[in-house]
Amino acid sequence: MINIYEVNETNNMIQHENLDVRTITMGISLLDCACSDLAQVKDRIYQKITTTAKDLVSTGEAIERDFGIPIVNKRISVTPIALVGQAACQGPEDFVSIAGVLDQAAKEVGVNFIGGYSALVSKGMTRADEHLIRSIPQALAQTERVCSSVNVGSTKTGLNMDGVKLMGQMVKETAEATRERDSLGCAKLVIFCNAPDDNPFMAGAFHGVTEADAVIHVGVSGPGVVKVALEKARGENFEVLCETIKKTAFKITRVGQLVAQEASRRLKVPFGIIDLSLAPTPAVGDSVAEILEEIGLERVGAPGTTAALAMLNDQVKKGGVMASSYVGGLSGAFIPVSEDQGMIDAVNVHALTLEKLEAMTCVCSVGLDMIAIPGDTSASTIAGIIADEAAIGMVNQKTTAVRLIPVIGKGVGETAEFGGLLGYAPVMPVNPFSCEKFVSRGGRIPAPIHSFKN
Amino acid sequence: MNKIIITVVGKDTVGIIARVCTYLAENGVNILDISQTIVQDYFNMMMIADIAGAKQPFERVAADLDLVGKEIGVMVKCQREEIFTSMHRI
Repeated sequence: MINIYEVNETNNMIQHENLDVRTITMGISLLDCACSDLAQVKDRIYQKITTTAKDLVSTGEAIERDFGIPIVNKRISVTPIALVGQAACQGPEDFVSIAGVLDQAAKEVGVNFIGGYSALVSKGMTRADEHLIRSIPQALAQTERVCSSVNVGSTKTGLNMDGVKLMGQMVKETAEATRERDSLGCAKLVIFCNAPDDNPFMAGAFHGVTEADAVIHVGVSGPGVVKVALEKARGENFEVLCETIKKTAFKITRVGQLVAQEASRRLKVPFGIIDLSLAPTPAVGDSVAEILEEIGLERVGAPGTTAALAMLNDQVKKGGVMASSYVGGLSGAFIPVSEDQGMIDAVNVHALTLEKLEAMTCVCSVGLDMIAIPGDTSASTIAGIIADEAAIGMVNQKTTAVRLIPVIGKGVGETAEFGGLLGYAPVMPVNPFSCEKFVSRGGRIPAPIHSFKN
Repeated sequence: MNKIIITVVGKDTVGIIARVCTYLAENGVNILDISQTIVQDYFNMMMIADIAGAKQPFERVAADLDLVGKEIGVMVKCQREEIFTSMHRI
């Protein structure tokens, strides 16, 4: 039988170390909502979401009460809207009207974000894909809860550089369209390479076409728990360090597995995957940066950061895969700057730069995340950064993403405020030299060769 | 069998166990195991109980025990057992 020490350990994690289940995300296929009449498409989408997810929030809350574990977010991901609206939408404004419907449906069922305002253009763009992409700035400016993502490349297809260039412009336009809120729209826009079909985390969640009609994914968290566990392993060698991280990741993931199974059973929706990510929040003691500092770095960004992060990420996965048979999504350590107090502090003391963050993304999920850059950064420079990050994903056969916020009207040294879980971020300097000619070439970067690995 | 874990944490005082147990007895909750320690002057108790024969549903028992705790100045928390078994048992 369970003993008092085990009970206290679990409850201490919840009460003092910020252990929580970060999100229960219901993926809903909207493929059956597609037809050539826009009004009908919108009606079907609204009906399908509000019927399928009507009990999502109340079930999540009941599970919280039963187990005494906070479930921070209840969310929905849907089939990429470029596919759903393909036949009905004649231009970007038609897609914007679908975004409005998604927003209404999200409000109706009480979820704080709905993901899947997306296009998959890793090799080429259909007319509908391009219309959706061009509608993103207005869609994100006019809605509150809709999240957008675009996949511009993959290991198998290479990089769609036309898509990359276009996304550089769209990031800039989204920033302009939401300039009065520190360009908040860009916090809801992710550009991927190798985007997973089953990611439960926003803003990049969408319900892939390989998925079932409806499915439950769960994202666990708990950087604070790992940090506290590592405090007890100060001065120990790497073997002890790795063991500690693995054991902690196992325990955290088992909670996620339990919540996922319960949610799946109660909602009568199949269980999809557990996403093992260490997802920080702006709260003190809920930071991936603090874990890296506990491992032995004075500040994140110091030499050794990439190695420490690689080790952390690998141990989290090794512990987590033992705890759940279905691991998927992004699964790794997240390093969003604005959502992690330790990252913000490191940027403020100039320990952490954009280039070091890029190196860190080579060894962890997911990418350059929630980074504020000067508002006058050009669209081509943003496209260049997207291309760099996508190339890392393409060559290393991993998911990478970019969520940059060019804060219109602000420069280096100033701070952008996003509020809530999105936090705040110091504006970071960007390399001032141009890549305009590179990103303007047009066409694709071919898929990389998979032999002769060096 | 429908096991729940009740934890009580707070400043030690007379009659904490009595108050909690009285509530459980009156509501048909069967106690299977009790353990307690004092950590730095703080009373720390855990009970494993079965609510299969309880007169109230789990949510009500949890809410009532929370109130009992507030009356005597301690924190009483009620959770289903599975969260602990999944975390600590392979």
